[in-house]
Amino acid sequence: MHLAYPAVLAALLFCTGLYGVLARRNAILVLMSVELMLNAVNLNLVAFDVWLRDALHAGQALTLFTIAVAAAEIGIGLAIVLLVYRNRGTSDIDRLRALAETDKPTEPTDARAGAPTDTADTESDGAGVAAGTDGAGGTRPTRGEATA
Amino acid sequence: MSTAAAARLAADTPGFLSPTGVEVLFLLVGVVTLGAAIVSVTSRRLVHAALWLVVALGGIAVEYLLLSAEFIAWVQVLIYVGSVVVLLLFGLMLTKAPMGRSPDADSGNRPVALAVAVTAAVTLVTVVVDAFHSTWIDLDDGGPQGTTRVTGEILFRHWVLPFEALSLLLLAALVGAIVLSRRKDGRTGGENGGER
Repeated sequence: MHLAYPAVLAALLFCTGLYGVLARRNAILVLMSVELMLNAVNLNLVAFDVWLRDALHAGQALTLFTIAVAAAEIGIGLAIVLLVYRNRGTSDIDRLRALAETDKPTEPTDARAGAPTDTADTESDGAGVAAGTDGAGGTRPTRGEATA
Repeated sequence: MSTAAAARLAADTPGFLSPTGVEVLFLLVGVVTLGAAIVSVTSRRLVHAALWLVVALGGIAVEYLLLSAEFIAWVQVLIYVGSVVVLLLFGLMLTKAPMGRSPDADSGNRPVALAVAVTAAVTLVTVVVDAFHSTWIDLDDGGPQGTTRVTGEILFRHWVLPFEALSLLLLAALVGAIVLSRRKDGRTGGENGGER
């Protein structure tokens, strides 16, 4: 069998899953599309393992591990989706915007305080590691907030 | 040099115009699998999407069988078709997904998603075909490579430690799912699950 057949099929399945992840609105349908992508990768692993005739059969072992990890992932993912549905009343991912950044700030003082630190951030990033200590008074708290 | 090498390669490997029986079967099952996957990501009925996913995953199991990976095919049937899809259906039911045609199954960025997917598909297929158009998998030589005996030997001889680590991961996932789906108000989860 040509290796091109399973490889092309896996690529097309992966892109189908990619479309589903990007275009679907319901979180459970997004999880289904993720499963399609994982299956495409598994098909590639098996095909290349059979082609290479690996003595350890690393491809097949990794496929089994991927299947088990995917089962764990779908369990945890569905538990999270159910929890979100219980708390928010919806499982549509584009309505869950509690962490979204709004365009207009709530307080103007925040905007004035935020602007210099942002420029200091970009300056210190552009100037390298040594310049990071210059504007440290302004940048450090915001960095801490951003990473926390 | 390149033309001579290409000619030798072309002489060594069978062409695409005279497919073997396994290849024809692989192509047919692949078309069914891909069609089911596409229907599964575009269907507006959520339960139908989950059921088309069964067809796609079952088709992939048949492809594993055709690639002589027998054990993985049955694991695929057991875990994906048997449990993952059932979990997804239960998830759809518990989130009160509409049974009929839901008009808002796709979000607003559908054209962008289509463009990204088509671009990725064209790129990947071009690269893969260019790289592997003359690569031949010899399925007959040396017997099947994925029988239960072979898989068991390699899994419990060379991959024991990852296997055990994976069992810990599954246990952690199980405990995590239970903890996540418990109620936080002090009462036990089972009774409330019955009430709801």
